[in-house]
Amino acid sequence: MIEYDYLKPGSLAEVLSLLKEYGPKAALIAGGTDVMVKIRNTKKSPDVLISLRELKDLQYIKKNSGYHIGALTTHRMLEQSEMVQKELAALHEGASRIGSVQVRNVATLGGNICNAAPSADTAGPLLVLDATVVLEGPEGRRSVPIAEFFTGTYKTVCQAEEVVVELEIPSEMEQFGSAYWKHSRRKAMNLPILGVAVALKLGDGDEISDARIGLTVAAPTPVRAYKAEEFLKGKPLNDDVLAEAGKIAASPDCCSPRDSLRCESWYRCEIIETYVARMGRLAAERIKESS
Amino acid sequence: MKKVTVSFTLNKDAVTAEVPVTWTLLKTLREYFELTGAKEGCGVGECGACTVIVDGEAVNSCLYPIFEIEGKSVTTIEGLANEDGTLNPIQQAFLENNGVQCGFCTSGMIMSAKGLLDHNPDPTEGEIRSSIAGNFCRCTGYVQIVEAIDMAAKTLK
Ligand SMILES: Cc1cc2nc3c(=O)[nH]c(=O)nc-3n(C[C@H](O)[C@H](O)[C@H](O)COP(=O)(O)OP(=O)(O)OC[C@H]3O[C@@H](n4cnc5c(N)ncnc54)[C@H](O)[C@@H]3O)c2cc1C
Ligand code: FES
Ligand code: FES
Repeated sequence: MIEYDYLKPGSLAEVLSLLKEYGPKAALIAGGTDVMVKIRNTKKSPDVLISLRELKDLQYIKKNSGYHIGALTTHRMLEQSEMVQKELAALHEGASRIGSVQVRNVATLGGNICNAAPSADTAGPLLVLDATVVLEGPEGRRSVPIAEFFTGTYKTVCQAEEVVVELEIPSEMEQFGSAYWKHSRRKAMNLPILGVAVALKLGDGDEISDARIGLTVAAPTPVRAYKAEEFLKGKPLNDDVLAEAGKIAASPDCCSPRDSLRCESWYRCEIIETYVARMGRLAAERIKESS
Repeated sequence: MKKVTVSFTLNKDAVTAEVPVTWTLLKTLREYFELTGAKEGCGVGECGACTVIVDGEAVNSCLYPIFEIEGKSVTTIEGLANEDGTLNPIQQAFLENNGVQCGFCTSGMIMSAKGLLDHNPDPTEGEIRSSIAGNFCRCTGYVQIVEAIDMAAKTLK
């Protein structure tokens, strides 16, 4: 039988002291779209759910020396933000493709990354946008680059006594173009078979001056394809170069997709190869559109 | 089993309910208030049959913990028709366009359509389709539903 109590603290300080008091007996709940499903499917629950929904001050999308997005910001808010659509296009594409309107109206960005599914749709975009996760805990604040945040399938560096409060994206991302491809069988209500995010920066004469590639469902955690990124830097932007980057990204140097019921490994590699190139092209077009 | 007392607005009425803490909004609507318009199809956010409006936004009531509803405003399919029994234009449009066959998805579909039209009175076909992407229908094939929502938009304008 499912049995739990709930607490609705009104401030972050209260959340932190409750986490300390209840320890492993408690779990945080934000939008609840992962938590409620898990309770129902496993017929198990923590003793206490600590709700974050009263923390309205952690719902924001701001720009001042970089972008700041509160952990309780819903995917719907990201989808409807013109700034996110124009300036953080990959994140816009990731958030807008999560579940349905009903899910996006309550599900949060913080919940998506803390749940840490290998398929999390905002993970690839946040990786290529070079986001930093800001956590608050008993010892105060700390910041962790998103590339170091995921430690395993459904595992992160976020400790039991900590709360993720913000995602920070550096202001230099303004000079990048970005794009995210969610490969799935249907257009909606489907987890990705594979996710590919790319962010590019161009120098003079269309030379790629910086590049980031993020892959999801390609390894136990969302990953950066560093070798393919290194290859791109300093190269001219053209189809051959992008195709080669796709090959490197799909190689064991960068990823280790597995065979699963939903898709076999060889096919995942082909998607990576194809879509790293396509998303690279799209990211580059977006730089040109905005300048 | 531990209970919780919640007060909220339900179809314009101020209500209070005392139910087990672990209940969802859907269970409370159906079993405490006996409003059985919202359906349980899957219970895990996949089908949309349980869709209701909370504070102006369509949500899956099967995933909504009842303790989160305190102070909020909930509209269900039962709250759409006028007091004299005449139907809301969205309901009317579903009837006139054969947007209803077995009816199991219908309350959820109509609430999702309401969630769309309240914010966007002049939606494109793409916007209509994306607003009901989380509502599964096993009967109609969706075409008549999309047409019904389009017709409702035109009537409401
Ligand atoms: C029908 C359906 C479709 C879905 N489709 C998709 C999809 O297409 N793509 C996708 O990526 N996901 C999808 N999801 C999963 C889910 O909606 C997302 O992962 C969502 O972003 C989770 O956010 P939440 O606020 O609901 O998290 P919750 O369920 O409230 O929490 C998730 C986890 O994160 C922890 N947590 C939450 N907030 C914080 C915080 N601030 N600090 C520390 N820990 C925290 C919780 O303790 C819990 O472990 C879907 C879910 C459903 C039900
Ligand atoms: S019953 Fe809620 S979405 Fe299926
Ligand atoms: S009318 Fe039967 S499920 Fe839609």
